[in-house]
Amino acid sequence: MSTLAYSLSDTGTMLRRQIKHMQRYPSLTIMLVGMPVVLLLLFVYVFGGTLGNGLGGVTGGRDAYLFYVTPGILISSIAAVVQGTAIGVAMDMTQGIIDRFRTMSIARVSVLTGHVLGAMIQVFICVAAVLGVAMAIGYRPEASALDWLALVGVIALIGFGLIWLTVALGMAADSVETASNTPMFLILLPFLGSGFVPTDSMPTVVRYFAEYQPFTPFIEVTRSLLSGTAVEGKELALTVAWSLALALLGYVIAKKKFNKR
Amino acid sequence: MNTRKPLAIEALNLTKSYGENKVLDGIDITVPEGSIFSLLGPNGAGKTTTVNILTTLIPSGSGDAFVGGRHIDKEADEVRKLIGVTGQFAAVDTLLTGRENLQLMGRLHHLGKAETRRRAEELLERFDLMEAAKRAPSTYSGGMKRRLDIAMCLMGDPKIIFLDEPTTGLDPAGRRTVWSIIRRLVKGGTTIFLTTQYLEEADELADKIAVLDGGKIVAEGTPEQLKRLVPGGHVTLRLHRADQLDRTVGALEATGSDPDQLTVQVPSDGSVHSLRKILDALDREEIEVDEFTVHTPDLDDVFLSLTGQTTAD
Repeated sequence: MSTLAYSLSDTGTMLRRQIKHMQRYPSLTIMLVGMPVVLLLLFVYVFGGTLGNGLGGVTGGRDAYLFYVTPGILISSIAAVVQGTAIGVAMDMTQGIIDRFRTMSIARVSVLTGHVLGAMIQVFICVAAVLGVAMAIGYRPEASALDWLALVGVIALIGFGLIWLTVALGMAADSVETASNTPMFLILLPFLGSGFVPTDSMPTVVRYFAEYQPFTPFIEVTRSLLSGTAVEGKELALTVAWSLALALLGYVIAKKKFNKR
Repeated sequence: MNTRKPLAIEALNLTKSYGENKVLDGIDITVPEGSIFSLLGPNGAGKTTTVNILTTLIPSGSGDAFVGGRHIDKEADEVRKLIGVTGQFAAVDTLLTGRENLQLMGRLHHLGKAETRRRAEELLERFDLMEAAKRAPSTYSGGMKRRLDIAMCLMGDPKIIFLDEPTTGLDPAGRRTVWSIIRRLVKGGTTIFLTTQYLEEADELADKIAVLDGGKIVAEGTPEQLKRLVPGGHVTLRLHRADQLDRTVGALEATGSDPDQLTVQVPSDGSVHSLRKILDALDREEIEVDEFTVHTPDLDDVFLSLTGQTTAD
């Protein structure tokens, strides 16, 4: 086998290891799914009536808000999943077996890519579950088949960026406690973007931040795809650029931290 | 590449510092193929650092080292193909079962499905882990965990095995099991690099022992050679009367005495001849003795006199 084949094989082995971990401890995945579902129900049933009226649409009310907020919650759920990634990576690094991996002739980065792919599975489980709940309470997406396909790609891309970022945060953390705190800001970003209310209702400083942070294009692209409207080229370009930049940054830091002991 | 074939491990003037703190201060090690080498030393002597460097876990400070003829820094990945490592703390995946842990190793060694399964079952059988194979290692006893750990490092069929304090924390039975595992491995031609703080263990297993203290090798040789480093044994006498202490020291040419304990140490190789000489002198001087102990030199004496420390147990 070639070097590439070996590293693919090692990555596959490490992914299987992550999937086994998930199967054995499903509570973590369930908890990660639970948070955005609670968020969805809270915002739709508690704030939704009032916020929906403020959107300025024709109908207003709770149904309009459900339609508005679901894409935001979906992206929030990615941010929620990657909290678990940082914790998982930091916990794994405390395990003795990591030192064993380091003394073996394996593709070193496969330890990390195993985490990335495992988290990717969690992202899709979580997004699908949240979408399922949203539809159960009346959300009706207007996406075409092509839109759905594009949505899968966009979720994977955003997930890829945020996962590598949190893998790096998990690697950089000196303890599991730290790793569970540092990615917390990601949960706030959809609120400080177009996730829950349109950015033009915000005061200048907040609006300025909201328009330039990565979650706003993430949410806008998702919203356009789900509502079956045309995706703005600029938002799509920003989404791709932010995701790849975050992934690269995370990859470089995580790899450096893994090799340095 | 490098033709240092007969030596499994060779270290030349190896150093390692963490800031101002010199952990390894230029050590030389040579381990012939198929032998057991034991690095013996108290806690903090630099044993684990040495293992970590030789197993490519951390880079060396300066000096050179070859494992299986391959340079540890320049050919790290080649070294990794040859070695198996069992560290001080169980290097097992605590979320997988025992069997899954072994199979994980098999896949990472690219053994193929059938071979991975075959070897995993064989090792479970050999290390008496069959019944525990379906359980997570968190439910294992210390000895079982260590056996799984060693079994995992054997999945890749390594030529050279590093065992860092493999019996620390084990009960006597567990320790004996690990010893017999090690002996069997060497019979199969494997080279073993073993660190320990137990003299008994080094004495029992090793072909060659190096005593490490404060980052330096202070003595090296076979267990017998090391024992010879300490001149002779001694006899310890516990006297009955305090007023006879000085007279005893004078008459027996004692090397030490303790007025509180009323003990006197007299050099002796433990032979009948030398014992009779001591007993005769005691009779002649009419010295009353409560206790008479013959102490032949063991590795503890070597350890003590070389490192100036008492041993762990």
